[in-house]
Amino acid sequence: MPLWLIVLIKSAILLFIVVTSFAYAMLAERKVMGWMQLRPGPNRVGPWGLMQPAADAAKLILKEDLAPRTADPLLYRLAPFVSLLTAFSVYAIIPFDVTSAGTWSIGNVNAGVLFLLAITSLGVYGISLGGWASGSKFPLLGSVRSTAQMISYELGMGLALAGVLLVAGTTSLDGIVSAQRDLWFFIPQFVAFVVYVVTAIAETNRVPFDLVEAETELVAGFHTEYSGLRFGLFFIAEYVNMLTVSCIASLLFFGGWNAPFGWTWLPGIVWFLLKVAAFMFFYIWLRATLPRFRYDRLMAFGWKVLLPIATLNVVVTAVVIALKG
Amino acid sequence: MAMHKRLYNVGAILKGLSITLRFMFARKPTVQYPSVRKQHAPRFHGLHELRRYDDGKERCIGCELCSSACPANAITVIGAENAPGDRKSPGERYAARYEIDELRCIFCGMCEEACPTDAIVLTPRFEMSDFRRGSFIYAKDRLLVPADGGVGTPPDERPGGIPADLGGVAGKKSTLDVGSGYDATYNGSLLKTQRKGLTG
Repeated sequence: MPLWLIVLIKSAILLFIVVTSFAYAMLAERKVMGWMQLRPGPNRVGPWGLMQPAADAAKLILKEDLAPRTADPLLYRLAPFVSLLTAFSVYAIIPFDVTSAGTWSIGNVNAGVLFLLAITSLGVYGISLGGWASGSKFPLLGSVRSTAQMISYELGMGLALAGVLLVAGTTSLDGIVSAQRDLWFFIPQFVAFVVYVVTAIAETNRVPFDLVEAETELVAGFHTEYSGLRFGLFFIAEYVNMLTVSCIASLLFFGGWNAPFGWTWLPGIVWFLLKVAAFMFFYIWLRATLPRFRYDRLMAFGWKVLLPIATLNVVVTAVVIALKG
Repeated sequence: MAMHKRLYNVGAILKGLSITLRFMFARKPTVQYPSVRKQHAPRFHGLHELRRYDDGKERCIGCELCSSACPANAITVIGAENAPGDRKSPGERYAARYEIDELRCIFCGMCEEACPTDAIVLTPRFEMSDFRRGSFIYAKDRLLVPADGGVGTPPDERPGGIPADLGGVAGKKSTLDVGSGYDATYNGSLLKTQRKGLTG
C-alpha cells in the first residue's frame, strides 16, 4: 500500500475515534456535572441518556445557520473550521502505544513537543477570527480576551514543558514516554506539572479560566453570534482541545502507555486512555467546583505567579541536570 | 496578597473539590416524574370534584356559597328548581350549571369549606395540562362524579399517597360549548382575545 493511503486510513480511523470521544466526553461532562449538582443529568434519550450526543448533533445540524449583517462573510464562515482543523491536526503526531509492530501514531515527529505547541497555538486564530468577524461587540471582547489569555498562558505552558524536555533529553513524544519507564515525570517535575495543568485549562478556555466565553458578562463570548452547525464546530474544537491537553498531560507527566506498579496485564493503550479519561474527569470536576476568575486576576496570575514559577523550575532543573551529568 | 493567604486559597480549592466529589455520590432528590410519581399529602388541593349522595342524587343544591367564597371568582353556579318528577338533588334547588375556570382557580379550598352539603371537594388530581384554554373550564360533565362512579371521597377521608387516576378526568373531553374559551384572531401583529360568555 502506498504511504498516503495508509496515512489516510489511519487518519479516518483516528478522526472517528476522536469525534466519538468528543461526543461522549460532552455527555460525561453533563452527567458528572449533574451528579455533582445533585441532579441525574441527561437520561431521557436512550438507556442512561447514551444517545444524547446523537440527539444534540441532529439538533445542531437542523438549526438555522445565521450570520449577522455586520459580519465579515468569508471569515465568519471560515473561523469554526480553523478552530476545528487545528484541534484535529494535533492528533497526527500523538502516539497511543508502542508495541512490537511499531508506534501507534499517524506520524512520528522528532520535534513532537514543538509541533504540539505550534499547532495548539494556532487554535487561537479560530477563536479570535470568529469573534472579530462576527461584527458585534461581545464576540469582539471575547476574542480580544482569548488572544491575550492564550498568549500569556502559552509562555507558562512552554516553560513547564521545557522542564520535562530537559529531564527526558528528547523532544519526540515516544522518546519522552519511554524515558518515564521507571519514574513518571510528575514526581521529579511536580512544579512543572502543576503549572502545566493550570495553563492547559486556560489554553482550552475552560472554567475557571473561561473568560473567553464568560456568559455572565459577554453573553457567550466569541461564539455569541454563531448558531447551528458552526456553533457545533466551535464546541467540538473546545472538547477536542480538552482531549488533546489530557493526552499531552498523560504522555509528558504520567508515563503515557507505561503501566503503573508494573501492572502490564492491561495493554498500554488502555492505560493511556485511562489516564486521559482521568484528566478529562478532573476538568469536569474543576468546572463543577470553581467560579470564574476576574480578568485582571487572570492576567496577574499568569504573568506574576505561573511564569516566574515555571522559569524557576526550568533553571533549577537545568542546574540539577548539569551538576549530575 | 500575602503568600500565606494564597496558600489558604489552595486549601479552599481542595475543600471545594472534596465537596463536589462527595455530592457526586450523594443520593439525588430528583423524582423521575412521569415514570415515578411522588406521594402527595392527604390534604393536597388539586382538581375539583362534585360529590353525590349514596342514593345517587347530587349533593350540590345550587346555593352559590362556593361561588361567593371563591377569592379568584373562578366558580359560576346557576341554580334551578328541582322538577317534581325528576329530582337532581334532595333539596329544593340544584345546580343547573356548575363551571369552574381552573386557570383562575388558586386551589385554596375555600369552596370546599363554604359548601354546606360537602358537595364540592378538591381531589389530588393535578395533571390538567391542555393546549386549549377553553378546556380548562370544567363543567358538571367533568366535575360531577359519574352516576356509576360512586359518591366521591369526603375531604376528611382523603388518603395520602399516589393518586390512581391523575389524568383521568382532565383527559375527558369537555362537552361544554365554550369553543376555545377565547376568540384569538391572528392578523399580522394584531392579536385580539375576547372572552366568550359564560353567562346564563
